[in-house]
Amino acid sequence: MDIKRAKIRDLRNALDNKEISAAELCGEYFKRIEAVDPQLLSYITVTKDKAMKDAENAQKIIDAGKSAPLTGIPLAVKDNICIDGVKTTCASKMLENFIPPYNATVIDKLNEQGYVLLGRASMDEFAMGGSTQTSAFAKTKNPYDLESVPGGSSGGSAAAVGASLAPAALGSDTGGSIRQPSSFCGVTGIKPTYGRVSRYGLVAFASSLDQIGPICNDARDCAIMLNAICGHDRHDATSANVDTPDFTEKLGQPINGLKIALPKEFFSDAVDETVKSCVLDAAKELEKRGAALVDCSMPGLKYAIPAYYLIACAEAASNLSRFDGIKYGFRGEGRTFEELIRDSRSRGFGEEVKRRILLGNYALSSGYYDAYYKKALALKQEIIKEYNDIFEIADVILTPTAPTPAYKIGAQDNDPVKMYQADICTVTVNIAKLPGISTTCGYTADDGLPIGMSIIGKRFDEQTILQVADAFEQGFMTIAPKL
Amino acid sequence: MSAYFPTMGLEIHAELLTKSKVFCTCSAEFGGTPNSRCCPVCSGLPGTLPVLNQKAVEYIIKAGYVMNCDISRFTKWDRKNYFYPDLPKAYQISQMPRPVCLSGTVNINVNGVDKIIRINRIHLEEDAGKLVHDDVNRISLADYNRCGVPLIEIVTEPDFHSADEVIAFIEKIKLLLQYAGICDCKMEQGSIRCDVNISIAPKGSTELGTRTELKNLNSLKAIARAIEVEIERQEELLENGERVIQQTRRFNEQLGETTAMRSKEDAHDYRYFPDPDIPPIIFTEEELEAIKSSIPELPEQRVERYVNEYGIKKADADIIVGNKTICDFFDAAISEYNNPKAVANYIIGELMNRINRGEADMENLKFGGAKFAQLVEFMQTDKISQANAKTILREMIENGGSPKDIADRDDLWIKEDNDLLAKVVDEIIANNPKPVEQYKNGDQKVFGFFMGQANKALKGAASPKAIQEYIRKKLGE
Repeated sequence: MDIKRAKIRDLRNALDNKEISAAELCGEYFKRIEAVDPQLLSYITVTKDKAMKDAENAQKIIDAGKSAPLTGIPLAVKDNICIDGVKTTCASKMLENFIPPYNATVIDKLNEQGYVLLGRASMDEFAMGGSTQTSAFAKTKNPYDLESVPGGSSGGSAAAVGASLAPAALGSDTGGSIRQPSSFCGVTGIKPTYGRVSRYGLVAFASSLDQIGPICNDARDCAIMLNAICGHDRHDATSANVDTPDFTEKLGQPINGLKIALPKEFFSDAVDETVKSCVLDAAKELEKRGAALVDCSMPGLKYAIPAYYLIACAEAASNLSRFDGIKYGFRGEGRTFEELIRDSRSRGFGEEVKRRILLGNYALSSGYYDAYYKKALALKQEIIKEYNDIFEIADVILTPTAPTPAYKIGAQDNDPVKMYQADICTVTVNIAKLPGISTTCGYTADDGLPIGMSIIGKRFDEQTILQVADAFEQGFMTIAPKL
Repeated sequence: MSAYFPTMGLEIHAELLTKSKVFCTCSAEFGGTPNSRCCPVCSGLPGTLPVLNQKAVEYIIKAGYVMNCDISRFTKWDRKNYFYPDLPKAYQISQMPRPVCLSGTVNINVNGVDKIIRINRIHLEEDAGKLVHDDVNRISLADYNRCGVPLIEIVTEPDFHSADEVIAFIEKIKLLLQYAGICDCKMEQGSIRCDVNISIAPKGSTELGTRTELKNLNSLKAIARAIEVEIERQEELLENGERVIQQTRRFNEQLGETTAMRSKEDAHDYRYFPDPDIPPIIFTEEELEAIKSSIPELPEQRVERYVNEYGIKKADADIIVGNKTICDFFDAAISEYNNPKAVANYIIGELMNRINRGEADMENLKFGGAKFAQLVEFMQTDKISQANAKTILREMIENGGSPKDIADRDDLWIKEDNDLLAKVVDEIIANNPKPVEQYKNGDQKVFGFFMGQANKALKGAASPKAIQEYIRKKLGE
């Protein structure tokens, strides 16, 4: 069976029709992982033994005719989502040997359907970064160009799906970490509304922004994954107590009359011409299918990066304080506990993580709190208001996912501020707790690198952004990487 | 006479009596094998999330009501960030700008004088774990059983000017929390702990002096002593022309002195910010009203009821209500034998007497109120003499058991043996012609002498009433 860019639906049919067994299917993926991943480095850990057991279990369900949509479907899971008994490293030396004794709620939900775990996808250390080059264990490459970054922080998940080393994967998104790598790797990824998916078991980066979501080959597969992982969870007080709709429901429905807003600030000079024109072409394509394009403005966007980094780093500084070498994880040396904590953290964390911890602690320090953190919270309210205003006149918003296609490894290494500014198209969605989906809308003429566009929806309206993304995808020819 | 007067404010931490911890479902009970009462959430494993225990919220609201506080309609939680090995998340979930309770009052009475102490705020937070230091092997071990036990922190205004006021206040708070079912207030187990902020200023001064904060105060005795020595220390500094430095000081009970722990300069910057994992709470009037109406009878109301309904003297009611264990014991006793006055008298006259002498421990009594009440009833109905009742009570204190079984076993019932009574009293009268003469000449006081002699000789074989009647009859002949 050819698993290149195989959809979850296709695999479902093949499994249910007994064209292939669950064990054979994950065997196919392992074959490809063994062939391709030594170059791509999308996985930190490959869980072959567990996968075989998972597959055996899944096969029983399939044979009993009781398949759920994900029964026997092999998946990659970002290495910051806890799986009972499976190493969960967050791509950090700090958690190199950390094996959680519990499952994230999303893993429990996937287990209910009998999914098969292929392995743990690489990421930027503690999800901090947009290139997966801060991973302590697997600096993932872009499947379309091994010299370019796959994006990040869920770069391992996106590259694995893009290179067909998994039909779908779980990622997490704090400021674009699902959408941006999806765009770089030519796949589709959705960040659900904040509160839609339980965060229990997701190692926290910035708790008010983090959200787990799927990275798949298309919007339809994303809908299938969302159906599996969404829902209220009593273990997460921030998970929303709202009904979970069938996310596949609106797929294929015409988009006639749907209003799509294009806030002009997202198409400024900060965005590459190629990207801009590609996304605008896609907008016209959607217009042809009956959607109405609406011009609008989002003046607060210019404050988005500072606001985002202040909030995210403040929360991260606090969230990552627990890694002190006392209870688990990397332990340094020292005669007193202060020395022990200092050495553990100095050597256990990478540079980018330490930079953000410093930034966050600085922003929360007495004397600076009002000038930084409090101001960031005010900007957050402003951004929320501006989104609300746009949604008064439009159903969804269309933007580029990233200002550029994938860039060369090392190109942004010495300029953290430039690196942070590259998140400009994605961070406001997290700040405003909205759902956003990235799908491929073209490829660069010279290198054939994918270009992504993002569709942003109202809170808890994943259905409409899936519908729009799917409408576009139905008329778009994706190009798989040669790898 | 000192030229200074002290001013103090308190921070009291009280552990709530909820079954489970404040952010997970682990048991919040005291003790247990180290690290047997913790889970991924309270031991701060990555990815875990806190979920607020609604019972703990209910308890702090009750605490607010019993201390006459305003209850915030909107309340939220903050993170207090600092590194310490007993704090597994490296932040404590607490409340900074929006505590559940604000500005209350508590009445105290010190040496007969009433005083109002103002409460600044009460907030809900989580307790930390415990470190055990092994000096021999030079290692420290962490026990996370206490991590996440719900705590309320009660912060008073600087309204205290003597150790007596402080002690009276803590005793009052203990009673309020115990009667409202909020905290068991066992100081020795650390379920209630108190830090004292203390400063002195020249008499007549309107400004407060520089304060120090006293920690590690494990008993009321230690608090009183620590206040005393800290006032002395500060006075000495000022007398010598030196200054008091704002710092945290630890009280060493053995040495009877306070020593500096850390000064203001190296105080932590806790970098408080709103906890993004716990949504704020908005209370409705109905919710608050339901919680308020579920508060059980408080000490003052109970004293009033004992006086008005049971006819117990106010002073006696104060004594019984002043100790929740004794009060519960009293309630159990009177539900067995409905004679509150007799039960109260015997508790105060006999039982508490023995407790005060150290013969019995109220917290570990081997019998309950019901058994005690049976004993009082036997005495009141002339089934057992007072002397034998004391013997039985001593036996119950030592070995437990029921008064009936002990009386049966040791033959302590009043037998109303009239023949023996006549024989004994006749003998006494025959042997004491002088007092008999006195009585006949109108000296009623000697009657007691005859009663005493008879009681002694009869050893409870006859009831006091029968003895009295017989003596009166014989002397009247």
